[in-house]
Amino acid sequence: MQQNKKTLIVFSGDLDKALAAFIIANGAAAMGSEVTMFFTFWGLNILRRAKGVHVKKSFLERLFGSMMPRGANKLGLSKLNFGGLGAKLMKFIMKQKNVNTLPELIEQAQALGVKMVACSMSMDVMGIRPEELIEGIEYAGVATYLGEADEANVNLFIG
Amino acid sequence: MAEKVINCRGMQCPGPIVQLFQATKQAAAGDILVIEATDGGFKRDVQAWCRKTGNELLSLENDAGVLRARIKKA
Repeated sequence: MQQNKKTLIVFSGDLDKALAAFIIANGAAAMGSEVTMFFTFWGLNILRRAKGVHVKKSFLERLFGSMMPRGANKLGLSKLNFGGLGAKLMKFIMKQKNVNTLPELIEQAQALGVKMVACSMSMDVMGIRPEELIEGIEYAGVATYLGEADEANVNLFIG
Repeated sequence: MAEKVINCRGMQCPGPIVQLFQATKQAAAGDILVIEATDGGFKRDVQAWCRKTGNELLSLENDAGVLRARIKKA
């Protein structure tokens, strides 16, 4: 099998964009590629645990954290969200059409060995601690991304 | 040589190729995998998958809306 690397930067925390990112990542992994996903800024919200974890935070960090969606099930759509109603409708339609949910796609990505890396700088800015993210995530910075991107033949930015 | 049928009817993209990939990993070289899918993109996808992974697509037929691909593991 050919070994080609693919990387995706997941900057967006919108449900539709996250779905697209994971479908591409899982598809690439199924084609035999080594896939790395880098989650930065709003994209980190996709990896948050649904349940709040008790960690020490400043007032601002806590406030910021409470205003962002907590995990893959809480994301809104980039368009026609209507305060979350659009996302609910989209999930309903997807279920009817037997499309995998975002949590299922994340699980599938992990089973396929897709590497997920959280950007430690944006975690710091947004006050997100490693304990608040799902299991199996690595933490790194831009040099790690660029190192991987250099070896890859597809590099996507989902923003 | 073993032959295995993978039922991916009703599954959406990228379900069928993910199932196919995982089944191929467990199969031995020369084994035949028969995959059945109803996903509209599967006809092109299975051809692209075989080209990329180097497995041989023996046949691809449409049986009343069910796409059936026979693949020989390389």
